[in-house]
Amino acid sequence: MHPRYEVVIGLEVHVQLTTKTKIFCGCSTAFGQQPNSQTCPVCLGLPGALPVFNRQVAEYAIRAGLATNCQIAPRSIFARKNYFYPDLPKGYQISQFELPICEHGWLDIDKQDGERKRIGITRIHMEEDAGKLLHDGSRGSRVDLNRACTPLLEVVSEPDMSSADEAIEYLKQLHQIVVYLGICDGNLEEGSFRCDANVSLRPFGQTKLGTRAELKNINSFRFVKQAIEYEVERQADLLGDGGTVVQETRLFDADSGLTLSMRGKEEAHDYRYFPDPDLVPLVVDENWIEEVRAALPELPEAKRQRYIEQFELPEYDAGVLSAERALAEYFEALVGLHDQPKVCSNWVMGEVLRALKENEVAISDCPLPPALLAGLLKRIDDNTISNKIAKKVFEAMWQSGDEADTIIEKQGLKQVTDTGAIETLIDEVLKANPQQVADYRGGKEKLIGFFVGQVMQKSRGKANPGVVNQLLKQKLAG
Amino acid sequence: MSFSQMSIRQLQQALRDGKTSSVALTQACLERIAATDEQINAFVTVCGDEALAAAAEADRQIAAGQGGPLTGIPIAVKDIFNTAGVRTSCGSRILENYIAPYDATAFARLREQGAILLGKLNMDEFAMGSSNENSANGPVRNPWDLERVPGGSSGGSAAALASGQALATLGTDTGGSIRQPASFCGVVGVKPTYGRVSRYGVIAYASSLDQVGPLARCVEDAALMLGAVAGYDPADSTSVDCPVPDYLASLEAGVKGKKIGLPREYFIAGLDPAVKQAVEAAIEIYRNLGAEIVEVSLPHTDYAVACYYLIATAEASSNLARYDGVRFGVRHQGEGGLVQMYEQSRAAGFGDEVKRRIMLGTYALSSGYYDAYYLKAQKVRTLIRDDFLKAFEQVDLLLTPVSPTAAFKLGEKTADPLQMYLSDIFTIPVNLAGTCALSLPCGQDSELPIGLQLIGKPFDEATILQAARAFEAETEWHKKTPNI
Repeated sequence: MHPRYEVVIGLEVHVQLTTKTKIFCGCSTAFGQQPNSQTCPVCLGLPGALPVFNRQVAEYAIRAGLATNCQIAPRSIFARKNYFYPDLPKGYQISQFELPICEHGWLDIDKQDGERKRIGITRIHMEEDAGKLLHDGSRGSRVDLNRACTPLLEVVSEPDMSSADEAIEYLKQLHQIVVYLGICDGNLEEGSFRCDANVSLRPFGQTKLGTRAELKNINSFRFVKQAIEYEVERQADLLGDGGTVVQETRLFDADSGLTLSMRGKEEAHDYRYFPDPDLVPLVVDENWIEEVRAALPELPEAKRQRYIEQFELPEYDAGVLSAERALAEYFEALVGLHDQPKVCSNWVMGEVLRALKENEVAISDCPLPPALLAGLLKRIDDNTISNKIAKKVFEAMWQSGDEADTIIEKQGLKQVTDTGAIETLIDEVLKANPQQVADYRGGKEKLIGFFVGQVMQKSRGKANPGVVNQLLKQKLAG
Repeated sequence: MSFSQMSIRQLQQALRDGKTSSVALTQACLERIAATDEQINAFVTVCGDEALAAAAEADRQIAAGQGGPLTGIPIAVKDIFNTAGVRTSCGSRILENYIAPYDATAFARLREQGAILLGKLNMDEFAMGSSNENSANGPVRNPWDLERVPGGSSGGSAAALASGQALATLGTDTGGSIRQPASFCGVVGVKPTYGRVSRYGVIAYASSLDQVGPLARCVEDAALMLGAVAGYDPADSTSVDCPVPDYLASLEAGVKGKKIGLPREYFIAGLDPAVKQAVEAAIEIYRNLGAEIVEVSLPHTDYAVACYYLIATAEASSNLARYDGVRFGVRHQGEGGLVQMYEQSRAAGFGDEVKRRIMLGTYALSSGYYDAYYLKAQKVRTLIRDDFLKAFEQVDLLLTPVSPTAAFKLGEKTADPLQMYLSDIFTIPVNLAGTCALSLPCGQDSELPIGLQLIGKPFDEATILQAARAFEAETEWHKKTPNI
């Protein structure tokens, strides 16, 4: 990524969990409610209130740990991270420090050159989120504590990535996994999946890590790339001029594409971590781990491999279809009804995804369930309609929700395969275009497309294109 | 009728028999508060109208044959318990106007069982102190001698009882804050096992040490009150789901055949001769009652005070971070921005002792010092706990003084925090060990009460209550009242 320096990147990702209630109280975690409407003495940090751990959070953490090849700690401890900020009601954040719930995991990513690379995951720990400050210009700032105490996982990677592209690959895979696991809605804009990047450079061959900068406020995959690439250039310029990199936190500014120093604000923090005396250690036994493991869904990477092997799909198709759990489920349901995986793949990746995108509908809300689509594919397969007509039928099905057969019947779209009828049409076309016939016979064989088009037009799309092609060639040759 | 020598159970009977009424009892307490509290300063808030209204309702219930063992009994609680709608200031300027929207579990249980809240009791700020001189509401005075301290931090809870202002009170005990004032004021005070009573809604000082307990005029009242507040609370993760025995039913079981241990490290030079004499007399009484007295050792006792002042202050430094002027309590905006608001609010809101402990605790947790202080202290704590568990393999309970001296004079120790800290030398180890103990009157030094400490096995409050009751039945100390 840089000719003179090796780039070293580690990522810290905050994954907001989709539990119904907060991590240490019974308040709702729903997004976008009236400020401070989802609070109680516990998440407001009122004097005397005490946290009670929501065990669903541990289950989600175990899911994430198992999916990323982590070891699950039989006993983990909550710790207090002490600092003052108005969005932090207790003056400390309940997190995990010395004994997190998951450690020593990894994910394999595909590099640009096609090689696989293993990225270590140092730890995954559970913690509570802070509230939000709403800045109101000259009238000061207001505090909304609806988000305070909502559950987060912090996933900390090893500094194993050496380019922005690798960082993106890792992030995309992690994002895919947590959404697959049903523990995070994956919404980057609402902050459900937030990333901080630690970036440092060192001369090739040096083993000691260089001084790193921590990049914050990066809320899209594209920005991760921009932020890292800018930061690499910045550090390389500094080092190249004989300067040094300062260890600091830098904010990414999406408008300018620059990272800006936050120095002075976050510097030299001593969080004075210590075990939270209000909570007991979390004990996770083997049975619980095995229960969670047994209920894990097939993960995207395994699914992709299976699609390639079992369905003999191209890698590209397998990747697209396995990227989202709901899409994969749709595809598999379709294959279950229509045992032609590649045909199914073409239709899902083509018409279905296009229609979803055009109508801004999620696959989970697709108006055309797999059973209906399978009915359409059957009519292509048995030559009742052509592919082209099928696309028309698809549109009509999407709008009406009717079955394929109903629409074919109603609109009279049944394909003509009767060679006699088609021959009549061909004769008409050849008669009407003598010049083209002469040209074709003189060697311009590309004109076959023109003739097919004319015949299909005359049949209003209903003629079987294969039959048309074959008969045309015979007649033109003759 | 005079109720000063009647137990809560006897008063309940009198209520049921129509010989008195809750309104009369409550009125009498309110009159006593009006007559004496200008001198004692035990109450920071008196809710007279609400108390009388609740008493009238209690009388209706009793007349209808309803209610429980606390219905109509006027009580008061330390100002550290959140009480919905009634100010909870925790002895601090920073919370001087704070009204909580919810009840502490322990208080809610008393209220549900019909107790009448007279008001909130004075205390050392955030329960930090051994003399009740660290209160934003001014010091509490000992009813036995107005020149002397009532002990702390639950000074108001003990003094209110001793001066007849309430029939029972609740306090909290982090290093002796129930037992030492009970000892200084000549009442019974119980520090239950950690986890026995919910801490939910009790303003935290040191979360791993704080425990709620009753102060009462006699052992039977203490047993009744403990039974009323004890038990698992899902809102407190550190409360323990362990059955609560009927303390009253087993109260007269006596001590015959029980083994009582005397920890050698507690009978030391520096123990006031009068205290020593009173405790030795108590040992004789137990011997005569058929208990077997044996000497035991708690070898790590010497480290307890140092260990306590690291762990308690470390936890306090974090627990008190929420008093930042942002959401509740006193805010001093002053000049400048956010950091200045924090600094000025906390500088103006906290007293000297609280600031001292926040600084100590912040230091103990700081990077580079954590291992040497906080972590080491936790290891020592484990050794101290093991001392007790080992001793309890040999004996059923332990007997010690509560404090090396009787009540000292106001101002006597304020200049020297270390001397003040040492007045809790016999009570602190029990909190570190997490087990239970109580204080009961066992003598006097020139008309100043002396307390006897009985320490029980974890969750075995029943045994120390029985032993306390056996002693009380043989003596008159608990019947003595100050002349105020």
